[in-house]
Amino acid sequence: MTLYAALGAVEQGLVYGIMVIGVYLTFRILDFPDLTVDGSLPLGASISAVAITSGLNPYLSLLLALAGGFAAGVVTAVLNTKFKILHLLASILTMIALYSINIRIMAGPNIALLGVDTVFDAVTRFGVPAQYAGLVVFGAFAVFVLGFIIWFMGTEIGQAILATGDNPQMIRSLGVNTHVVIILGVGLSNGLVALSGALVAQNQGAADVGMGIGTIVAGLASVIIGETVFGCQTMARAFIAAVLGSVVYRLAIALALGLELGHFRFNPSDLNLITAILVIGALITPNLKKRLIAR
Amino acid sequence: MKKLLAAALLLISISLQGLTVQGATISVSQFVEHPALDAVLRGFQDYLKEKGVEATYNVHNAQANMGTANQIAQQMVGEKADLLVAIATPSAQTCVQALGKAPADLKRPFLFTAVTDPVAAGLVKDLAKPDPGVTGVSDLLPVEEHLRMVMAYKKDLKKLGLLYNAGEANSKATIASIKELSGKLGFETVEATAAKTADVHQAAKSLVGRVDAVFIPTDNTIVSALESVIKVGVQNKLPIFAADVDSVKRGAVAAMGFDYYKHGYQTGAIAERILKGEKPENIPVEFQKELQLHINAGYSKQMGLEPPPALLAKATEVYQ
Repeated sequence: MTLYAALGAVEQGLVYGIMVIGVYLTFRILDFPDLTVDGSLPLGASISAVAITSGLNPYLSLLLALAGGFAAGVVTAVLNTKFKILHLLASILTMIALYSINIRIMAGPNIALLGVDTVFDAVTRFGVPAQYAGLVVFGAFAVFVLGFIIWFMGTEIGQAILATGDNPQMIRSLGVNTHVVIILGVGLSNGLVALSGALVAQNQGAADVGMGIGTIVAGLASVIIGETVFGCQTMARAFIAAVLGSVVYRLAIALALGLELGHFRFNPSDLNLITAILVIGALITPNLKKRLIAR
Repeated sequence: MKKLLAAALLLISISLQGLTVQGATISVSQFVEHPALDAVLRGFQDYLKEKGVEATYNVHNAQANMGTANQIAQQMVGEKADLLVAIATPSAQTCVQALGKAPADLKRPFLFTAVTDPVAAGLVKDLAKPDPGVTGVSDLLPVEEHLRMVMAYKKDLKKLGLLYNAGEANSKATIASIKELSGKLGFETVEATAAKTADVHQAAKSLVGRVDAVFIPTDNTIVSALESVIKVGVQNKLPIFAADVDSVKRGAVAAMGFDYYKHGYQTGAIAERILKGEKPENIPVEFQKELQLHINAGYSKQMGLEPPPALLAKATEVYQ
């Protein structure tokens, strides 16, 4: 792994980390396995790409993406709470619908964002070298979103979301409408995922309808890596761990990309296998360490 | 624990950098494994080998994941190769972006291949005068020539089925030009789309009874699941035409177009020029030069169509 690739991996880890915060919110806190994210990530990318290519400020396009993702999450949550469709199925339905919707939004499967103004231009104008712009922008966004979500979970609504995931019966008995709480929580989660997608698209130079494939896989892997490696004793720590888990996941891919053992070179097609093995390594190390210390 | 992990990562990355070989180094980003794209890479490497260009390759494959493609692009910028090559549109876009923001000492010439519409993909603004550091080969289909061949093969063609993934930029470009030409050539089109390989069989079945023949553009999704379409064709005596000749070997009736191996071979020739010092921006974007006709006579008969002798005589390859 070259230094440049490592920087790139950290950058990707941070930007996908915003998506992972969203996944943590549904998967861990609300106890709502949400596959909508495979569709809401490219949704955010599509909205942002169309907005930018029609001349809108790239930062404003992020707000639109956030709103679009929120709406997608609301659809899933309404299908689940009001129409009693199982959460997994509700999210799958929204996800597959979004595939067509994203093609509609972009009037095609792919919009190039090469040579247009993106969120990075505002930073490079201040003299930050282009190769670090991604790191600066994504680092700032990740910290900002982390700060927001940790603050938000401390508010009354945040506490209601927490309690709904923990013990819905108890919170209902206190007179809180759990449906509204779930709708809000899943909406917020997908808003963050779409924000992440919009930033990813601006970073990679194109929004593509296929870019959401595997989002939930990466999201869940990052959440669990974060919990295992960095711990989740407090709410704030758990969210930070989720973002760091995402960075470790991307570093594993970067490592797998450059891996050679002596003269033996892996086939390019072994990439996913090697990534999986590296992630397994990261997951079992804390456990092994604990056992060694116990002896 | 964290320190341990960091130390291990550092150690591995240091040991990985020691491997450099004299001669040219070429980093390749391929978007997904499938026979046509694999053939591009083989053709590319074979050309350079034949010309005596000693090259070391860093080949990466994104396994159809755009996020991974982006990481590969950054990995390749860090590999400091003499030339960066991208196979297929998403890989090319991420490479152009990564090179765009790379510091000056890491900028390298870039060559794309198997990209249908380089202008719409944002890779170059002008095909004749590409952007600095970028050039490549487009696999845009000679659509009209191709359709005339299909009409000569299936003489009473009234309705042509188009099977593709609406999520692929390459296919969208081809389908748009087929629909534009259909009026002039005198047939109707019926479309069926599949978003993933698992949906292809069903999409193919939906065309049975509604069309006289089916045409598949150079679509990564459909071509990956081609066998399921061929099966539908044989069961229902519905001729299946493809846009790439690799698919003919696998059971499509006929394709006019080019061998993706030749496509890679042609790309190799540009790579040789760049490695010898020519500036990419001085090399106009090329299109496939050699066109061939491939016919699968065996499957043609199974799909209820006797190959016309006139076309058989013209074919460069006939499979029985």
